[in-house]
Amino acid sequence: MTGSTWIYILTMILTTNLIRIIPLTLIRKRIKNVFLQSFLYYVPYVTLAVMTFPAVTEATNSPVAGYLALITGIAAAWAGLGLFPVSMICCAVVFISELFLV
Amino acid sequence: MNDISAYKKGLRDGIPIALGYFAVAFSLGFMAKKCSISPLQGFICSFFTRASAGEYGGYTIIMQDAGILGMIAMSIVTNLRYLLMSTALSQKFSPDTPFFKRILTGFCVTDEIFGISIAYNGYLNPYYTFGAFSVSTPLWALGTMLGIIAGNILPARAVSALSVALYGMFIAIIIPPCKKDRAVLLSVTAGFILSFFADLSGIAGKLGLNSGITIIVLTILISAVTAYIKPHPQDTAFDSENNG
Repeated sequence: MTGSTWIYILTMILTTNLIRIIPLTLIRKRIKNVFLQSFLYYVPYVTLAVMTFPAVTEATNSPVAGYLALITGIAAAWAGLGLFPVSMICCAVVFISELFLV
Repeated sequence: MNDISAYKKGLRDGIPIALGYFAVAFSLGFMAKKCSISPLQGFICSFFTRASAGEYGGYTIIMQDAGILGMIAMSIVTNLRYLLMSTALSQKFSPDTPFFKRILTGFCVTDEIFGISIAYNGYLNPYYTFGAFSVSTPLWALGTMLGIIAGNILPARAVSALSVALYGMFIAIIIPPCKKDRAVLLSVTAGFILSFFADLSGIAGKLGLNSGITIIVLTILISAVTAYIKPHPQDTAFDSENNG
């Protein structure tokens, strides 16, 4: 079983990285199509939005703490704080609020 | 910005990613242990895949001994969003970026590293991505290994608090462009709302799909609709960023 576990892991590694690399080898020119350009412009933000909510409210022990972190994080990012401060503020909000909630 | 300062900036921006990775990888390690993954296997698998959902799915395949084809299918489905992300990144390079640097940048792509790379001002300097990769990947692999070895070391409160570090970072990436561009604000809001209702209705489960598929479907749908309603020609955007 250990031997086949390594084969599984090797398969996982190869497949996962091929998915990442194939577009970069095939698409070397600028895409001219305006719809495709626009689509690719929106994809990253939409993906991150979809992955953030409601997952953030399910990652914490208390969903309320997750909502508080989301709201505080949005406010902090809106105020112009960077990646690390916003992350740490979200963590602190969860830690402190769960002292009361859980 | 030269290569060294881009690399250093990548290291710095990679720190919150690394912290979030460590907490998430730790809990991934608990799961891997249930699937009889050894600490060494967990370390190597995490180092070379860096795919949270992909690894979760992959370990399930290993536990069920569901075959190599099953593993390939699972890896494609859980990581398909990387195909979109790499395609978006292919447009972010300066035309004279060498082939091997493009390949290496593709190898570095994760949700978080993609997020900060695409937010890089103007053309992407690959060394920025390499910097973020080199601080975050060891902690991802180490977290998985320690999770397998040690089980529940961190108190539940700390795990709960650390687990939102990743989401805090996502928020910090998506909010600034929302302030500048109403179309981004609308698409992000649509993402929040539709994702909420997709989760609430449990539609993915009813159709026999996993949550990775929901992310892909919603992303394609919302981005396509927004692109149709509010076109955003990207060449001009790059030009104005470079000139300004």
